[in-house]
Amino acid sequence: MPGVIGVVDHRNAPRLSPLAGTFFGPDGGLLMLQDGVVPYAGCPVALVVARTPEQAKAAADALPVTYDEQPHDTHFSAGHPAARPASTVFGEDANVGDVEAELARSAVVVDEWYRTPEEHCGAMELHSATAWWDGERLQAVDCNQGPFIVATGLATLFSLEPERVRVRAEHVGGGFGSKGLCGPQLVLAVMGATLFGRPVRVTMSRHQVFLMTPPRPATEQRVRIGAGADGSLRAIDHEAAFEVSPLASYVENCVEPTKTLYAAAAIRTRLTAVPLDILPPFSVRGPGLTPGSFALESAMDEVAERLGLDPLELRLRNEPAAGPVSGLPFSRRDLVACLREGARRFGWADRDHRPRTRREGRLLAGTGLAATAFSTGALPSSASITAEADGSFTVAVGASDIGTGARTALIAVAADALRVGTDRIRMRIADSDFGPAWAAGGSRGTASWSWAITDAAAKLRERLGDPERPVTVTADTTRVLGGLPPRERHAYSAIFAQVTADPATGEVRVRRLLGMFAVGRVVNPLLARSQAVGGMIMGLSMALHEEGVRDRASGRQVNADFAGYHIAAHADVPDVEADFVPDYEPDDPSGIKGVGEIGTVGTAAAIANAVWHATGVRQRTLPIRVDRVLEDDPR
Amino acid sequence: MKEFAYRRATGVRDALALVAADPGARYLAGGTNLVDLMKVEVEAPTRLVDVRHLPLGGVGEAPDGGLVIGATTTNSDAAADPRVRRRFPALSQAILAGASGQLRNMATVGGNLLQRTRCAYFADPAAPCNKRVPGSGCPAVAREHHNHAVLGWSEQCVATHASDMAVALAAFDAVVRYESPGGAGEIPLAEFYLPVGRTPHLETALPPGALITAVALPGAAASPRSRYRKVRERASYAFATVSVAASLDVHDGAVRDVRIALGGVASKPWRARVAESALRGGPATAERFRAAAAEELSAARPLRDNGYKVTLARNLIAAVLSELV
Ligand SMILES: Cc1cc2nc3c(=O)[nH]c(=O)nc-3n(C[C@H](O)[C@H](O)[C@H](O)COP(=O)(O)OP(=O)(O)OC[C@H]3O[C@@H](n4cnc5c(N)ncnc54)[C@H](O)[C@@H]3O)c2cc1C
Ligand code: SF4
Repeated sequence: MPGVIGVVDHRNAPRLSPLAGTFFGPDGGLLMLQDGVVPYAGCPVALVVARTPEQAKAAADALPVTYDEQPHDTHFSAGHPAARPASTVFGEDANVGDVEAELARSAVVVDEWYRTPEEHCGAMELHSATAWWDGERLQAVDCNQGPFIVATGLATLFSLEPERVRVRAEHVGGGFGSKGLCGPQLVLAVMGATLFGRPVRVTMSRHQVFLMTPPRPATEQRVRIGAGADGSLRAIDHEAAFEVSPLASYVENCVEPTKTLYAAAAIRTRLTAVPLDILPPFSVRGPGLTPGSFALESAMDEVAERLGLDPLELRLRNEPAAGPVSGLPFSRRDLVACLREGARRFGWADRDHRPRTRREGRLLAGTGLAATAFSTGALPSSASITAEADGSFTVAVGASDIGTGARTALIAVAADALRVGTDRIRMRIADSDFGPAWAAGGSRGTASWSWAITDAAAKLRERLGDPERPVTVTADTTRVLGGLPPRERHAYSAIFAQVTADPATGEVRVRRLLGMFAVGRVVNPLLARSQAVGGMIMGLSMALHEEGVRDRASGRQVNADFAGYHIAAHADVPDVEADFVPDYEPDDPSGIKGVGEIGTVGTAAAIANAVWHATGVRQRTLPIRVDRVLEDDPR
Repeated sequence: MKEFAYRRATGVRDALALVAADPGARYLAGGTNLVDLMKVEVEAPTRLVDVRHLPLGGVGEAPDGGLVIGATTTNSDAAADPRVRRRFPALSQAILAGASGQLRNMATVGGNLLQRTRCAYFADPAAPCNKRVPGSGCPAVAREHHNHAVLGWSEQCVATHASDMAVALAAFDAVVRYESPGGAGEIPLAEFYLPVGRTPHLETALPPGALITAVALPGAAASPRSRYRKVRERASYAFATVSVAASLDVHDGAVRDVRIALGGVASKPWRARVAESALRGGPATAERFRAAAAEELSAARPLRDNGYKVTLARNLIAAVLSELV
């Protein structure tokens, strides 16, 4: 066909190494076009390389592909026969005290199941990569969240020495986790460049992004909480099951908040993975915590309801003095400050805690809250700074700015550390040649990169007397981080929501969202606020709209575009307020914790709790759809 | 997308001749539906005959006190027309409840009537679908049909018609005017969309190659007390889960006239004639609205996952009528 340069499929594709993977271990999802097996619906079967995207698309559509059907299973449930204990990369299950005995002694016991569906990142920028061979060196311009980690993965995948691979990602239009991996766009572009000896760009369509980039796995979670009549928690038991693919290990660590948020005589957590014939799920903004906190914080609201207690008071009464499972001291714990200040601004004190008592014409109104802890802490990174002859400074760090403004924040950190104005800083980021660096992930990017920059600046300041210019120093934080005392390090938040529900139509609208955050030192208030607000909007979207739906026969996502996969529209997003209580991380030279994801966590539970307060009906399955709220006799 | 030829028609006759000459030719108006479907190869016309610039735009007065809306009038212009807003407010509201500002600026009245269903299997050429490939089967009946029809469907197809505008047009007894190679004609909206039956791929009563020229709204149907309400999965920019267009004329507490049409429940805008006749002449009370709505919906045949639409349609009819009293 016109313009076609060639086709890559399992017969001619470069062989890939099964050792390549992620933090969780080898990822068989990366092994594209290696054999004639299609492990999940949406898996690429061929790449057509042509002169123009239109020619490539036309040729790809014309490519004859025949499939044999094999038995497959894409139906998730916690009780699935293949369910097995999840990997313990995030630590062992909690087993503190005797849960059954404490539940038996409790004045009230909540025992409920909570369910969250597959959710997609939906970054505005489609996944795109350009790769070419520059002599013996593989060069790529990609969109990803961590060029060094991606370059390392790519080198392993194609069995190349790491020095022979350079990946850059200087401008990225959103990631939310979906660009944390060595993505299909990059793997396929490298294959094309390798086979056809020319630069190849692969840009995925929106449909392909839905089908081929990892979602947040669906979860089913059972939470049991027992409390004494005075509201002190006796037992928390949190069992979370999530879907995985047999191709790759992954852990949706839903129980993270349960291990740290509240004191209780007994705490037990279990994580269960259910392997299905699906694309390997992976981290989506606030992984684990986001669905996990929906379950835990909804259950806490149910405990407050049964005790007839203010849900705010219930949380205040169960503040732990040390990590309730780890026993470790908290580096700083500002949850109470978030709850109290948020409650004050929201006007929580006037709340009548009884459900279904506020009518406004046809609407029912209600409010709800949720608390969050989000683990933080810098991860090893390196940075170098060059003092240039003209008195300016060039900072090079493998950071990535996926639209968060990280670049801007790092300029301020560097200027501060070098004690010069920001106009003297030239910030270069997102190049694997800049050396090892953590990614824009886990809300730990700014903390990790800033530490490396601060250390490099300290070293450089010692040498500023040298007449020699330019002079470059490099710092790597691996050693210093390894020596930090063990602590519970978390950011905290309290989210407050006000909603209305129309029982005749099931329509829920969020009227007001307020989040108070303790995220360590705030480097740039404008950027931090937009992270918090954006996160809360994502949480709102999770609460009310987002749901990946699979065809029950083929296992293929039926709503794999923005017409079918609904995210909150402008009209769904109310007045969103976000602010910060004074906080700093004592063990971090810049006092930074992290703000990228915590806004997403907690919001769904706050909204679900507000919907209960409005209607008197619990919403334990997300999203809170029209059909789940609609009443037969709406009076 | 398959390659295609493109011609901008110079007049109605020219457009008719161009389409008649090429069995693969299609009219192109705003392109907001047709081009999207071409991108996924659900539609693969060999020739597009652009009619958007033909002199068929604008809203005019009809001798009976009604209005005639030209086929190429944009959705935005139709909704903003002061006479539409005064005499047929539910129509203006229905159009504004659809799509987005940008899309409504492109989309035309003729194209809106002929937009295709939003059934996901229809839009996925890898799936079977009787509407797209007659005889290939309908996966939606047994599989994913949360947003599919509860009224008037057949085992062959359970898709809904997606248009908001058409729901209001159905309530107002609009008439579709067309030109065709065989001459000009008119089709009342009630007969415009064909029953699904065994032929879900045959959607309208338009003769082959016909060009819609206008939609006429009868003066007798004008009703300042009319309203459109649309329930959907988010506050804007989504197709209807269930919608209601209704007008109500109450005199001395009794219903003198009432018009009700439902969207999102059937392969066409569903005129609720059973409910209307149950209400006409009787007292305008919330209980009667509810009972009449329930009577209309007693014909519903919900599937495994869309029974909520029956409750929703009943509640929504009752709510909208109560608001109109
Ligand atoms: C993202 C999105 C969201 C949307 N949301 C909504 C919504 O909420 N509610 C809603 O009702 N609609 C919605 N729509 C659909 C939109 O209303 C239709 O796409 C639009 O009205 C079609 O008009 P058009 O002029 O662009 O038609 P085109 O796409 O140009 O044509 C559609 C069909 O009509 C035929 N045609 C056009 N004009 C004539 C004519 N004069 N005579 C004969 N045949 C003709 C064409 O051949 C084609 O088959 C949405 C669309 C999109 C893309
Ligand atoms: S409901 Fe109709 S449009 Fe949808 S798959 Fe079945 S036949 Fe096709």
